[in-house]
Amino acid sequence: MTVQKTERPPSGPTEVQTLDGGPRPTGPRRSPGRLAGLTPYLLLAPAIIATLLLLGWPLVNNGILSFQNLNMRQFILHLTEWNGIDNYKEVLSSEDFWRVTGRSVAFTAVNVVLIMMLGTMVGLLLARLGRKMRTFLLVGLVLAWAMPVVAASTVYQWLFAQRFGVVNWVLAKIGFESMADHDWLATQYSTFFVVLLLIVWMSIPFVAINLYAATTTIPKELYEAASLDGAGAWKQFTQVTLPYLRPFLYATTFLEIIWVFKAFVQVFTINEGGPDRLTEILPVYAYIEGMGNQHFGMGAAIALLTILILLAITSFYLRIVLKQEEDEL
Amino acid sequence: MKRSLMGRLWPNLVAVVLFIFCVFPVYWMFATAFKPTVDIIAEDPVWFPTDATLEHFRTAMEVDHFWTMVGNSLTVTILAVLFSLIIGVTSAFALARMRFKGRRGFIIGFMLAQMAPWEVMVIAIYIIVRDADMLNSLIPLTLFYMVMILPFTLLTLRGFVAAVPRELEESAMVDGCTRMQAFRRVILPLLAPGLMSTSLFGFITAWNEFPLVLVLNKEADAKTLPVWLSSFQTAFGDDWGATMAAASLFAIPILILFVFLQRRAVAGLTDGAVKG
Repeated sequence: MTVQKTERPPSGPTEVQTLDGGPRPTGPRRSPGRLAGLTPYLLLAPAIIATLLLLGWPLVNNGILSFQNLNMRQFILHLTEWNGIDNYKEVLSSEDFWRVTGRSVAFTAVNVVLIMMLGTMVGLLLARLGRKMRTFLLVGLVLAWAMPVVAASTVYQWLFAQRFGVVNWVLAKIGFESMADHDWLATQYSTFFVVLLLIVWMSIPFVAINLYAATTTIPKELYEAASLDGAGAWKQFTQVTLPYLRPFLYATTFLEIIWVFKAFVQVFTINEGGPDRLTEILPVYAYIEGMGNQHFGMGAAIALLTILILLAITSFYLRIVLKQEEDEL
Repeated sequence: MKRSLMGRLWPNLVAVVLFIFCVFPVYWMFATAFKPTVDIIAEDPVWFPTDATLEHFRTAMEVDHFWTMVGNSLTVTILAVLFSLIIGVTSAFALARMRFKGRRGFIIGFMLAQMAPWEVMVIAIYIIVRDADMLNSLIPLTLFYMVMILPFTLLTLRGFVAAVPRELEESAMVDGCTRMQAFRRVILPLLAPGLMSTSLFGFITAWNEFPLVLVLNKEADAKTLPVWLSSFQTAFGDDWGATMAAASLFAIPILILFVFLQRRAVAGLTDGAVKG
């Protein structure tokens, strides 16, 4: 999962191998006319068919299900009961949905702000460090980056465990005696704190390493010119570094928003949306309503609304990325 | 004078703190996995596993169906990566080398597909797979994982294909190769690093996937390792030694691959820069 901006177009002239012109040698293929025009589509066909069948169809099916009254009974008896927009009416008028939506937005905002700020700072730090220290820190970042999510969330549960958890021990040692047997997963905010720390911990490396890579592409002449103009360190940063990194920062921010907004795995594995369903964010809410409580139609409606939100964010992201590589398409 | 010393010192100090912040959870996982239980539940944490034991790993591996689930994970992951490579490389070739109507649209479509919210689609997928009577089977998992990693594979390989000089292909065709042969003999060998790194990324995605398998494969012998790991702690109470051993077993292949991949990815980046 990298930002798709590292590709370079081929340097050669972009001459095109057309149907019957072009420097085609005496190949054994006899009738290049019609067939050759179809070749790219034939080459793409498997990928397109697979994507439509296994990604497109579930999406469409999700839409269809969201207009059905599909609960335990209908599910077991394979019944199809249409109920129009009842699911949406119920979801949109329920207090729960709006509370969860608000929570998701706040959760995403806090996470992304922290990730971007800290990630950018770490990235700039990487650029400033000496060679040895940089490699040292990079190794640490890559380790955190590489850690599989489920394994990481298990480890965080252990770090924050009520008994024998190392976090509670440290807190008690530095003077917060009351934290000695603190149950982190007992309340909403402390559960969110653990999830937040987990997500920030595992997301910083991506931002930092990519940002560092981006800073290495800033031409040195820009800094020389700026210092000739008498710009100090801060001015160089705001006038040279920041403008140069801006498109990159935009793209990364949107990517992080998308990833955090659908952070099902982290929230679910830490405490399954608990305590008392108080840490459910939209994807978890859809799952619990749909799969857990067997209101499949309802869950599908929530899922569709979530997908729409995500689609809006994604289209913003794509706009930025496409602008960056306009010439390559 | 003193100030400039501080100026040089603080970035390094911050770097050390950050390093500890990043590495400690990973370290603690391995440390706990190797510590005897007495040390794990000691009043004050034992920071280094001085008398290491493999007991927790034994406990983790003796869980019912452990080896079945290892097999499941490997089967699903490897097949998904393999299929998506085969499908992806042909599409990548078309998208990088040919000009045709709708090309831009296809690329944008695959970019969108890359961001697909799989986590949110589990209900619809569950109903589809149930209706096809394929719950607790590895086939749907393989197929969905394949499509999950396909867009990334395809778009990344497109970059790698584009980086192969067109002249190489053309000279092969002048020498009498068909386009197919030119592709097989000239481009494919040069794509090896690209195929390597995309397949490793795909491997990591599929190996870690959790929501789908959670929903689709509920029977013990149809699960994959992430589900096993996530329920491990509940099943074993507070046996943190065994839980951390399980987490280590699950994480080690990925950590190794990632170190390998990191070098590849950086090499790929610099290659691209030289040619660009």
